[in-house]
Amino acid sequence: MALESAGRKLLPLLLTVEHGLKKPVWGCQMCGQCVLHSTGMVCPMTCPKTLRNGPCGGVREDGHCEVKPEMQCVWVKAYERKDKLHLPQIWKDHYNELRPPVDMRLKGTSSWINLITKRDAWLPAGWRARKESQK
Amino acid sequence: MSALRERLQNSKDLVFTVEFPVIDGGGMAAVEKNVARLSPWFVAANSTDNTAAHAHASNLSVAIAMKNFGLEPILQIVCRDKNRIAIQADMAGANLHGIENIALLTGDDVTAGDEPEARRVFDLDGPQAVNVASILNSGTYLSGRKLQPAPNFFISAVENPFTHPFDYRVQRAIKKHEAGAQMLQLQIGYHPDRLENFARGVHALAPDLALLPSVVLVKSSKPLNFMNDKVPGIDVPADVIARVASAEDQSEAAYQLALEQCKHALTLPGVRGIHVTDFRHDDTLERLMTDLGRTPHNL
Repeated sequence: MALESAGRKLLPLLLTVEHGLKKPVWGCQMCGQCVLHSTGMVCPMTCPKTLRNGPCGGVREDGHCEVKPEMQCVWVKAYERKDKLHLPQIWKDHYNELRPPVDMRLKGTSSWINLITKRDAWLPAGWRARKESQK
Repeated sequence: MSALRERLQNSKDLVFTVEFPVIDGGGMAAVEKNVARLSPWFVAANSTDNTAAHAHASNLSVAIAMKNFGLEPILQIVCRDKNRIAIQADMAGANLHGIENIALLTGDDVTAGDEPEARRVFDLDGPQAVNVASILNSGTYLSGRKLQPAPNFFISAVENPFTHPFDYRVQRAIKKHEAGAQMLQLQIGYHPDRLENFARGVHALAPDLALLPSVVLVKSSKPLNFMNDKVPGIDVPADVIARVASAEDQSEAAYQLALEQCKHALTLPGVRGIHVTDFRHDDTLERLMTDLGRTPHNL
């Protein structure tokens, strides 16, 4: 009970710390299911279309965003950074993986806690990669 | 089996598809007239989904009407206006009406349209939507709930080989292919070298993935300027615009440009045909098809 109560007190603190760190550095939108490590440390939720699986077809000739012409396309930046930054190879290998749709219920929650509790690994029962579904 | 799938998978014939005009007026007669004009030349036509973020008669309603008048639809579904529930409902509705060809797109942003104040959705993105179509093909919705009979969708997607990051466009095409796309209609583009690099790259990794580059028929340099200035993702080089703008007969110069684009695209590996968008609405479409060696009613 004491542990649970301590945990409950810790939650808002962790949220504040996570948001306080990730917002200024990566523009964190608190989606609660962080994939920064696999996207060259560029947050895909800062894409105006919140695309999780690469750039749309509207990237401008200068590499800037369709919706916000003053901003470099988030996915162009991610593609450049994934090779520039000294990230673990396994993170780089995950760059082109098919990321599932966002679980909207997690918005505003701590992705650190969701990672520890494995809440961020929840997927709809029907979701699977196509190759698996064809077996 | 859809004629589009049959042609692509069981023959080596070229396949031509077309963008069906949006329906804002003229009622069913307008659909019928367009079907009569296009069906002699095209195996299937895209029933678009609020193209360029403008509201029109809906994708599924036009697809059903086209089918009833005798032209095979490719039901386009974009992620901008519908969440995952509505997207699956479009798919289940297509299944109900025996529509097998579906094309999944991320879609232009709402700011491209005439109601830029609208809420953008993008609950799914293009590759996720392709995967959801594959899931429905296996007989369930995303939630795992059964859908019977299971659809037999011939799934296609789009890609833009003409913009950044160029290398990654090939990988993104493969990602969509692995999620279930068997055909890609490509964005309109005016850089043949970029198209060539993309086609070679995709074909080396996915030789069964059918590529249909898009060619647009225009009458003058004005629409080229418009696309270059107003459509993000389409860059029209100055010399291409100048070639049409400085011609004595702009209409003819614009046509010759489109014909050249078709001929070049058809030499590339993995390219199985052309997707045509006609903004001229004269008899040039028929001329283009004839110049490409096609005869009407000989699909």
